[in-house]
Amino acid sequence: MPRVSVTAAPLELDTLIRELTTGARGDGAVATFTGLVRAQNQGRQVQFLEYEAYDALAVRALERIVTEAEAQWPGTRLGLHHRTGRLDIGDASIIIVAVSPHRPAGFAACRYAIERVKQIVPIWKREYFDGGDVWLEGATADPDDESARQAAYKTACA
Amino acid sequence: MRVTVRLFARLRDLAGAGELVREVPDAATVQTVWTALTSEMPSLAQYEGSMSVAVNAEYARMAVALHDGDEVAFLPPVSGG
Repeated sequence: MPRVSVTAAPLELDTLIRELTTGARGDGAVATFTGLVRAQNQGRQVQFLEYEAYDALAVRALERIVTEAEAQWPGTRLGLHHRTGRLDIGDASIIIVAVSPHRPAGFAACRYAIERVKQIVPIWKREYFDGGDVWLEGATADPDDESARQAAYKTACA
Repeated sequence: MRVTVRLFARLRDLAGAGELVREVPDAATVQTVWTALTSEMPSLAQYEGSMSVAVNAEYARMAVALHDGDEVAFLPPVSGG
């Protein structure tokens, strides 16, 4: 299983954890983050989400986040899988696993990774809600924007 | 020369297609392609200040020079996670 992926298939947290902990060298922590489709968003009753990705670039952006996090927290190994297609309430849209020598690095790397995903990974969600649908739009993706990267780092270490 | 244009999310909806092939001058940049697209489809222009661009699945800038067969992508603000 690859460390990063963009896939229409259901996400498998246990498999990703196993991938990252196989041959573990005495690490002390596995931290994970799973993002779920919420029932409510900005006062709207959500029916389901449709995720779309620029797959080739999204995989590269996820790999970049892994590289950044592993450089920031030496000894940490990170994996990220993002799902695409139609997702219903409660479905997992993203899983992040950080294996690290100690828990502070693991928690921080997970938080950093999800913040960076929201900044630079070319994936979009279309929300279908009671009464209509709308493309959600967040950050203008710019991996070279150092102030955005610093903001993600500060959030991760808050 | 010929380039493939990829459009995503709401830009794709506005254009009515996610992939277009366009003939552009040999000295074309990403900007050249964008300018031609927005004159063809003025509704796309609202993304001028907020989109990102990519060439051959790598983030790029508007001034980047293109080559025959390149894939140019225009990306609305992202909303993954």
